[in-house]
Amino acid sequence: MKTSLLPTIAHRLALLGYIVFALFPLFWLLKVSVTPNDLLYSEGVRMWPSRTTWEHYSFVLQHSAFPTFFKNSLIVSGSTAIIVTICASLSGYALSRFNFRAKYWIVGLMLLTQMFPLVMLVAPIFKILTPLGLTNSLTGLIVVYTAFNVPFATFLMQSFFDGIPKDLEEAAMIDGATKFTAFREIILPLTLPGIAATLGFVFTAAWSELLFALMLINGNNAATFPVGLLTFVSKFSVDFGQMMAAGVLALIPAALFFLLIQRYLVQGLTAGAVKG
Amino acid sequence: MASIDIQNVKKAYGHVQVLHDIDLQIKDGEFVVLVGPSGCGKSTLLRMIAGLEGVTGGEMRIDGKRVNELHPKDRDIAMVFQSYALYPHMNVAGNMSYSLKLRKTAKEKIASAVASAASKLGLDPLLDRRPRALSGGQRQRVAMGRAIVRQPKAFLFDEPLSNLDARLREQMRAEIKKMHGDLKATSIYVTHDQIEAMTLADRIVAMHGGVVQQVGAPLELYDRPANIFVAGFIGSPGMNFLEATYHAGGVTLKDGTVIALPAPLALADGAKVTVGIRPEHVVMGGEGIGMVAGVDLVEPTGFGIILHLSLHGLAFKVFTLDRAALSAGPTVRVAFSPQHLHVFDGQGNRCVPSS
Ligand SMILES: Nc1ncnc2c1ncn2[C@@H]1O[C@H](COP(=O)(O)OP(=O)(O)OP(=O)(O)O)[C@@H](O)[C@H]1O
Ligand SMILES: [Mg+2]
Repeated sequence: MKTSLLPTIAHRLALLGYIVFALFPLFWLLKVSVTPNDLLYSEGVRMWPSRTTWEHYSFVLQHSAFPTFFKNSLIVSGSTAIIVTICASLSGYALSRFNFRAKYWIVGLMLLTQMFPLVMLVAPIFKILTPLGLTNSLTGLIVVYTAFNVPFATFLMQSFFDGIPKDLEEAAMIDGATKFTAFREIILPLTLPGIAATLGFVFTAAWSELLFALMLINGNNAATFPVGLLTFVSKFSVDFGQMMAAGVLALIPAALFFLLIQRYLVQGLTAGAVKG
Repeated sequence: MASIDIQNVKKAYGHVQVLHDIDLQIKDGEFVVLVGPSGCGKSTLLRMIAGLEGVTGGEMRIDGKRVNELHPKDRDIAMVFQSYALYPHMNVAGNMSYSLKLRKTAKEKIASAVASAASKLGLDPLLDRRPRALSGGQRQRVAMGRAIVRQPKAFLFDEPLSNLDARLREQMRAEIKKMHGDLKATSIYVTHDQIEAMTLADRIVAMHGGVVQQVGAPLELYDRPANIFVAGFIGSPGMNFLEATYHAGGVTLKDGTVIALPAPLALADGAKVTVGIRPEHVVMGGEGIGMVAGVDLVEPTGFGIILHLSLHGLAFKVFTLDRAALSAGPTVRVAFSPQHLHVFDGQGNRCVPSS
């Protein structure tokens, strides 16, 4: 045991260093959100303010449009995540299991959509959505986010389906299942980690999306939270305390969401299916 | 239970033909074993019978009914996969009852079917476990149990024992034989294992390169292999082959040794032939008998001894129960008895006696 002590310590220290590095911005967010305005610039750089306050939080919750942004974001991100995951599961399964002539082209086209910088597409999309009455609406955002997330999510799901032995659904078919029953009852339960990962990925992508939200929405009624954050920036000043408090609050659903799906993210669900 | 008729069945992947005109009639209740080297198309044939692979040409009938276009679920066949393919998210009972559930069998019936299959296979204490918490042998039993809970028309086995250790394999082999005795189910069994093939089969089908080489009872393939391929494939250690020339009454080996044959063959005088002799049929001669061969290697197997020799510069194997062979010198004398000699013509086919 003695010989392995040093590497273990080094290993833990490296991990610790990485975690501190990764979480430090979050810590700063939290710190600023509880720092009273009068101390923000007067105390210099300190790890923790000498006095803390909840006033930013109460202001954000009671006197700003933040709850609306929050609700909008929840609707947009949740719907996008669910719709994208359903589409991506079906298309990912098709790409993983079926051989069809158009496969090559479909994959090519899907890759193509990932190639353009989104900024280029804002104007045409605005042009398309305006006559449809989908600008300034949550539905419009959901449609756009879904369209942009489906290709990548499809590839993600495909790789998860590829990891499930084909023998399993063949066994199910021999047991008397149709192809769809085998998909629903055998393959889908085994893909839960993949589904959870896809849900989480799409949810956070939609949750933090700013460009389209900014361009397609004006006014507070349909604004999502990233757009809402900008309302704390006025022409003359930035209200950092309130902005950070809003940021901390916005982290809560994402954190809850991952807490909810994390048990599916652990791998090893297919262990024992096949020998070797 | 059912008969399976395979008529002129072909399989091609694109331009690559992997099965050529397979013709095979499997009778109701028969146990047929498919053997052949890796890649010869055994699994493909099995999967075509199950409906997991399409049929490129020919016709497949189960109980006289054409099934070429039938979905696997409608063929009512059970299959034990090479990989077991257990459902990892279901426990043992769930794995075994899945097919019955899909058939909307009554709950009590499912319970009793699972219980009886489990007790047959010694799985009772494991019914609540997930596959991941089972050993290889236990998983193998569950895979078997999943097949026997319902009474399918036929059982297909794709090397079900190939990942088990020797002892467990032996035990499961006996188990399968016993089960077939009880259920009398039509079974097709793919294996690489000589002993499994010999002990389980009513008939063995030897395949090579997507072509059926010989179909027959195990001893028929052992005693009268139809061609050099079957002769070399069946039996372990494999048969020895030597070049020779045929003349009326016997064959002449390269070194001039003449071996008289019990009956004349339907061959022209002077025809080039290959003679084969199984290592267990070679006689270790005393002084003055047979040919001299150099000893390369002595392998005691416990049961007997395998001698690796070189005869006329070719590798040659002898299997003997005589422990004296352990102390064989640099050379030994070997002799062949004519009734154990197999003669194959220039095309590699077995030569038959001229009427
Ligand atoms: N999808 C496929 N496309 C092209 N060729 C294939 C495909 N599946 C199998 N083959 C070929 O068909 C041949 C027969 O394969 P098969 O799996 O039936 O062999 P096998 O006799 O079961 O071998 P083993 O004993 O190693 O399991 C092989 O040469 C293989 O390369
Ligand atoms: Mg195989």
